[in-house]
Amino acid sequence: MLMRERSPPMVEGVAAFAHQFDDAEQQRTASNLGIWLFLATEILFFGVLFAAYAITRVRFPEAFAAASRLTSLPLAGTNTAVLLTSSLTMALGVHAAERGARRALVGWLSVTVALGCTFLVIKAVEYRVDYLEHLVPALNFRFPGPQADQVELFFYMYFFITGVHGLHVLIGIGCIATIAVMASRNAFTPAYYTPVDVTGLYWHLVDIIWLFVFPVLYLISRP
Amino acid sequence: MNSTAIASHDAIAADESYLSSGWNWRSWLSTLDHKRIGILYTVTITLLFGIGGAAAALIRLDLLTPHSQLVSVETYNKLFSVHGVIMVWFFLIPSIPATLGNFLLPIMVGARDVAFPRLNLFSWYLFVAGALVTIYALLAGGVDTGWTFYAPYSTTFSSSHVFAVATGVFIAGFSSILTGLNFIVTVHTMRAPGLSWFRLPLFIWAMYATSLILVLATPVLAMTLMLMGMERIFGIGVFDPALGGDPLLFQHLFWFYSHPAVYIMIVPAMGVASEIISCFCRNSIFGYRAMAFAMLAIAAFGFLVWGHHMFVSGQSAYSGTVFSLLTFLVSVPSAVKVFNWTATFYKARVSFDAPMLYALGFIGLFTIGGLTGLFLASLGLDVQLHDTYFVVAHFHYVMVGGAVMGFFGGMHFWWPKITGRMYPEGWARFSAILTFIGFNLTFFPQFIVGYLGMPRRYPIYPPEFQVWNVFSSAGASLLVFGYVLPFVYLMWSLRYGAVAPANPWNAKGLEWETASPPPSHNFHATPVVTEEAYAYARAESPHG
Amino acid sequence: MDSLPFFPDRASTMAGQVDNLYFAWLILSGLVALAVAVLIVWFAIRYRQGTAVDRTVGEGPEHEKKMQRIEIVWTVVPLALFMAMFVWCTEVYYRNVTVPKNAMPIYVVAKQWMWHAEHPAGEREINELHVPVDRPVELLMTSQDVIHSLSIPGFRIKQDVLPGRYTTLWFTANRPGEYHLFCTQFCGTSHSHMVGRVIVMEQVAFESWLSAHSNVPTMAARGAQRYHQLGCDGCHGAQAAVQAPKLEGLFGRQVPLRDGRTVLVDERYIRDAVLLPSQNVPAGYEANMPSYRGQIGEEELLEIVEYVKSLGNATHEEMP
Repeated sequence: MLMRERSPPMVEGVAAFAHQFDDAEQQRTASNLGIWLFLATEILFFGVLFAAYAITRVRFPEAFAAASRLTSLPLAGTNTAVLLTSSLTMALGVHAAERGARRALVGWLSVTVALGCTFLVIKAVEYRVDYLEHLVPALNFRFPGPQADQVELFFYMYFFITGVHGLHVLIGIGCIATIAVMASRNAFTPAYYTPVDVTGLYWHLVDIIWLFVFPVLYLISRP
Repeated sequence: MNSTAIASHDAIAADESYLSSGWNWRSWLSTLDHKRIGILYTVTITLLFGIGGAAAALIRLDLLTPHSQLVSVETYNKLFSVHGVIMVWFFLIPSIPATLGNFLLPIMVGARDVAFPRLNLFSWYLFVAGALVTIYALLAGGVDTGWTFYAPYSTTFSSSHVFAVATGVFIAGFSSILTGLNFIVTVHTMRAPGLSWFRLPLFIWAMYATSLILVLATPVLAMTLMLMGMERIFGIGVFDPALGGDPLLFQHLFWFYSHPAVYIMIVPAMGVASEIISCFCRNSIFGYRAMAFAMLAIAAFGFLVWGHHMFVSGQSAYSGTVFSLLTFLVSVPSAVKVFNWTATFYKARVSFDAPMLYALGFIGLFTIGGLTGLFLASLGLDVQLHDTYFVVAHFHYVMVGGAVMGFFGGMHFWWPKITGRMYPEGWARFSAILTFIGFNLTFFPQFIVGYLGMPRRYPIYPPEFQVWNVFSSAGASLLVFGYVLPFVYLMWSLRYGAVAPANPWNAKGLEWETASPPPSHNFHATPVVTEEAYAYARAESPHG
Repeated sequence: MDSLPFFPDRASTMAGQVDNLYFAWLILSGLVALAVAVLIVWFAIRYRQGTAVDRTVGEGPEHEKKMQRIEIVWTVVPLALFMAMFVWCTEVYYRNVTVPKNAMPIYVVAKQWMWHAEHPAGEREINELHVPVDRPVELLMTSQDVIHSLSIPGFRIKQDVLPGRYTTLWFTANRPGEYHLFCTQFCGTSHSHMVGRVIVMEQVAFESWLSAHSNVPTMAARGAQRYHQLGCDGCHGAQAAVQAPKLEGLFGRQVPLRDGRTVLVDERYIRDAVLLPSQNVPAGYEANMPSYRGQIGEEELLEIVEYVKSLGNATHEEMP
């Protein structure tokens, strides 16, 4: 029978691993598996939305194509670049945490937060444009062309999908900001930076989902 | 481990069991101990079972006469809806995983806690939040759509509190996801030295398979409820044909989750049954690997059969054919499990303590329930049986006869471990038998009246069906005692029950090698596993 | 055939087949349940704690192989049985859903909380359905609001009735009498009130029942009236200036659409053409037809369907 210490050893003032784990390695493996499982649930979550969208689009191809042309490609395109860049800065932040480069870590995390906020601001602008063009269902939707009902249905799904995605971006910003504050207070070492890693994976997923949302909503009828 | 070592552990343990370390509101409501969280869940779902059960009692009382003389038809519709919502999402889905699973899983794998204790506590709070929202909706007037929320009735026509109940269930769904996630990670990464996958108790395999479904299916429910809620508030038009939508899309999305959900309810009970049967047969479960793989197969195939709820819905005959075939396939692993349990009794040493009686009841009722599922899987026959009391009888046999008996059996089996007290054996055996008889009397007549044509969800029915309804309600009155009695004597045992030793059943498994109740960190030293699961020495008995 | 105890009346040609499936499953599952029960009870008693019986169990690879063979047998045998039953049950189902060509149509509109039936000859019924014995009848059904389901246990038939779509059910009643008709998809407050009866009559009695209502205009006539009221012949009529498909001889034909697909002109096509005309524009035409959603009820739509049917089906050739 092995005897075990009651509490985990401290490294640079930080507990090397939580009490339920045997060592830091086990904690890292567990956290990794945990976040990947969580990402799987997110994929299923969004999968349902995409499935509902796909089915409806197959039923009303012309209406959805016409509706898609009314979305703002420049704004969404910019947002795609913003989000991709933020994934890069997030990855650089994780890399900094691996090296124990505290200032670089805080820096990259802050840039990521800024880019995330930029995404949301551009999104707000885009929503405002949609509002001014009378494309917001249940609020002021007006479409003079044929199949107006189906065009409205497209915009319901558009706001729903981008809204749920935006909510995930907001949550991500909150998490990254929290991690940045923790990092500035020396919470992480090369031996323990799991929260940074885990938040990074979440942020990459948010980015990847956008890489599906963007073509599916904005690019379908644009050559 | 010899008995002296256990006794000395007991002496130490009595001072520092997980129950004795703090006993105020704060210590319970901010606990990170998986054992306490398991108890928090047990208290919560018992309360909710009471509410769902009260609804059932009113339903059965009202059905005594064909004219719905007890309650109005509006109230009846709300009663069966509430009964379904609460029993499915707030009792059955959490039951074994959140209570026995939370308590036992870390101990059975030799760990100090689950991988993410804070997430575990958070999941209980989510569950309570969901339950409170649902209860609020109940008090505000309830829902009348049935637990199935079919569109467009739920989205456009019902004037009941659909959105509130959907929100409550949505919140509780996250509780499911987080519990499943915690279990999967714990089993993968925190097993004790020597505890390889194929040495795990089948209860752990059951929790693992269930967790896979919890994690992968529940998000689909969340989104479906969200779409339904949005349609109800904003009139989107995804499901309502009047707005250009497709009502069958709702059914596909709903059943994509809700069919795997029924395996969330039964697979844990199968795990419990294996633990009890091996202990009271003093025998290793026959075909251990087949049993483990069968549960994984049920979990996997369970995702492919949802369309069998929709044979007469208007989906194409070709879809129906595929779903029927897959449904027949998914029943094979369940059949294999029943045969394996039967074989475990061969040349065993069988004793009939209360947990064993519950396990026997489980096998019998699950077998009948499962076999009647084949009737429903048959396309040509389902046309007659769909949406009749035959279906109601089928799912109550598997969910109540199966899952709830499994739950009660497990609560009795592990009661000494959880509480440190023995329950009164005589009363327990009586309750098990009473439940079995009451259950059959309640639900078997429903098979008959279902084939005769009595539809589900009918407070008013043709008088020729009355005799079967009277039998059924009579059985229900027995069943009530079958459930209330254990509540009474288990509570009684907390104060007056005999003090339990660490291993009152001489059972195999890591949970029996620590004190009853266990210390806060489960073990005084990390166990090392050197033998296979269920390595019962055949000369022993459960009572020394 | 008189009904058996615990069984509803057998009043259609399908009833016996469905009952046979039920018997077969009863016997099969009864045997399995009995076998499991007997074995467990026998083992539990024989091998209970304290009995001095032989409990020696084999060991080693030979024994393992034997156990494996047993497991394979009790996996493969149920699988084979299930597959056999699957084939049989599916076959019965396909017969149950394949409408015979000469079936007599009756149109059903379900609404909260009653059943409206319309015979082509014009009779309307509420919560009742008069049908002749020994003739195939096809029910073409739709709902005006939520999902309902029409069930006639005596005939062993059931089909969900959907808003926005037509679903069909067919039967040949073979025993005069009255049988229950239920709604079997929960549809709101008075779901359990939405019941009725099917009255199966001898041919002669049915004819006289029909002729008792002969003063009522046929569905096709009512459909023609509505067609003219709504101004449909302004575009579809022979003198129309606008290019619109002619409806004579259209029903039952395969029609190429503008987007490349080819569809069958059936009841559903007609309904969609009136409510969602931009969906299935035929090849060679513009999407000019306005939608009549909100101006025409489900019963009227069925009358228009009957009217179009009466203009000749695909056996008459008339190219637009």
